[in-house]
Amino acid sequence: MTIDTARWDELIRPEGVHGSVYVDPRVYEEEIRNIWFKTWVYIGHESEVSKRHDFVMKSLGPEPIIMTRDGNGVVRLLLNRCSHRGNQVCTKQKGNASVFVCPYHAWSFGSDGRLRHMSMPDGYKDCDKSALGLAQVPRMASYRGFVFGSFAVEGPTLEEHLGGALEVFDRLAAMSPEGEIEVTAGFLQHKVSANWKLMLENETDGYHPSFVHASIFNVAQSGIGQLYSRESAAVSRDYGNGHTECDLRPQFRKIGKPMAWFGTTEEKLPEYTRDMRKAHGEERARQIMIDGTPHVMIFPNLFIAEIQLFVLQPVAVDETIQHVTALQFKGAPELNRRLRQQTMGSVGPAGFLLADDSEIYERTHRGLTAQSPRYTFIGRGAHRETQDQDGYLTGDITDDLPSRGIWRHYRSLMSAAS
Amino acid sequence: MSVANVELLREVEAFVYREASLQDHHEYDAWEALWTDDGVYWVPANGDDIDPEKEMSIIYDNRSRIALRIRQFHTGIRIAQEPKSRLVRVVSNIEIAEQTAETIQVKANAIIFESATRRDTIWGARYEYVLRRIEGKLRMARKKVVLVNNSKALPNMAFLV
Repeated sequence: MTIDTARWDELIRPEGVHGSVYVDPRVYEEEIRNIWFKTWVYIGHESEVSKRHDFVMKSLGPEPIIMTRDGNGVVRLLLNRCSHRGNQVCTKQKGNASVFVCPYHAWSFGSDGRLRHMSMPDGYKDCDKSALGLAQVPRMASYRGFVFGSFAVEGPTLEEHLGGALEVFDRLAAMSPEGEIEVTAGFLQHKVSANWKLMLENETDGYHPSFVHASIFNVAQSGIGQLYSRESAAVSRDYGNGHTECDLRPQFRKIGKPMAWFGTTEEKLPEYTRDMRKAHGEERARQIMIDGTPHVMIFPNLFIAEIQLFVLQPVAVDETIQHVTALQFKGAPELNRRLRQQTMGSVGPAGFLLADDSEIYERTHRGLTAQSPRYTFIGRGAHRETQDQDGYLTGDITDDLPSRGIWRHYRSLMSAAS
Repeated sequence: MSVANVELLREVEAFVYREASLQDHHEYDAWEALWTDDGVYWVPANGDDIDPEKEMSIIYDNRSRIALRIRQFHTGIRIAQEPKSRLVRVVSNIEIAEQTAETIQVKANAIIFESATRRDTIWGARYEYVLRRIEGKLRMARKKVVLVNNSKALPNMAFLV
């Protein structure tokens, strides 16, 4: 199916999106080709394969990917398909293996993807083994350990793709006294019967927390509700290229207390705050600990959710897996334990927050199949968008500004492909 | 099996059935009252024996978090459980795995049928309890729920499992 530019302009208007864009399987197929198999997609973090020959199963959109660290210490993104007859060579979620042996006819591949050995080799004459390795994702790039892959042989660099959002990773790393993120706490896999874009949009929707999460805000000592209230100084931001942010720093600066972003105080984390001062100096450490960690959705699938990492994986037009883990900051065991505890309470199939979000995703997906109205309305705050000092559009924390940014980018990718 | 052991097994079975019934019928307060003050409610992910202090679990509630979970249900606006799942579970294969002066370790299997807004789901789980006798009554000091599919992507499971 070819979708022309004019059609995309009709399906995605500045202040509303046609329901079929979420629920039509043909649109989903187009997205796989024109977004997921073209743009940069987050795969995994280098700390997940910290030792040589470590491997972990990841995905690039619907495609399974084996992320390995080969014998030379190089991170590789291999496709899980034997070059012989197509059998999947890796069935374990993670581990350490210098060789993957295909159980079908016992061909073996190194952790660098190269074909090592064909069983009963006398049956092969003048066979170019170098052409029969496991396929690799054509382009791979990483920034601060965050590994991205792209099936497009040519295109913008990762830095160009991230644009203004590149700095978000620096901000995140600064929370560690050693300047490094670690993804070592294992992932929950939370499945929803809903289109992936409902998650993409909701991650930086600052309008919903007051309502969807009222049940937990009412009973827990949580400052989150305040961040998204009418009095909050927090802002929404569109970095372009589909990347969006709920920038909570203005509100935390108003509060002006280190570690208030995490609902705690310096005194309760003596080792962490001491090591942060040692690493960054008094002034800078204080600012970092006031500002807290970023809340940013990197298009199309990486959500940095302050203390968590979500990776969105589309499985079908109406099925998405949210892979979620607690962020861990290298050299901060005191903080990390609490990050894990808080994450476990909030996310996953039984989480105090995410179970409710996920229920809404599913109901919204079903709602969007209705015949009328055909368009959503995402005009909130269109009259009060402003440009920040770096030229990015910002608005009230509760505005639909991030959604409008996401759809502008989405439309450009989908139209360019036709 | 001695008479004393048969009696204890009967008592344990009655406790497990009652717990199951309270969960199925969303009798939150009565269920919460089954816990000891240091109770731990644990549903691991990615295997049966991960270290919950190091890796993510689906649920890893200490006693105060169990109470918070119950308070959230009581708001009546816990969206993932409004409307509430309709539940029926069969708990079987109950055995006393180990017994000390202070605690009784119990194993059981559970098949839970959940009918939710989303769809109907069948959950299969192995239960492991640590029970303690407090003022003559059995109480849960620990309940571990090993879902047999806990390594896979799971849908919402916002009811008491």
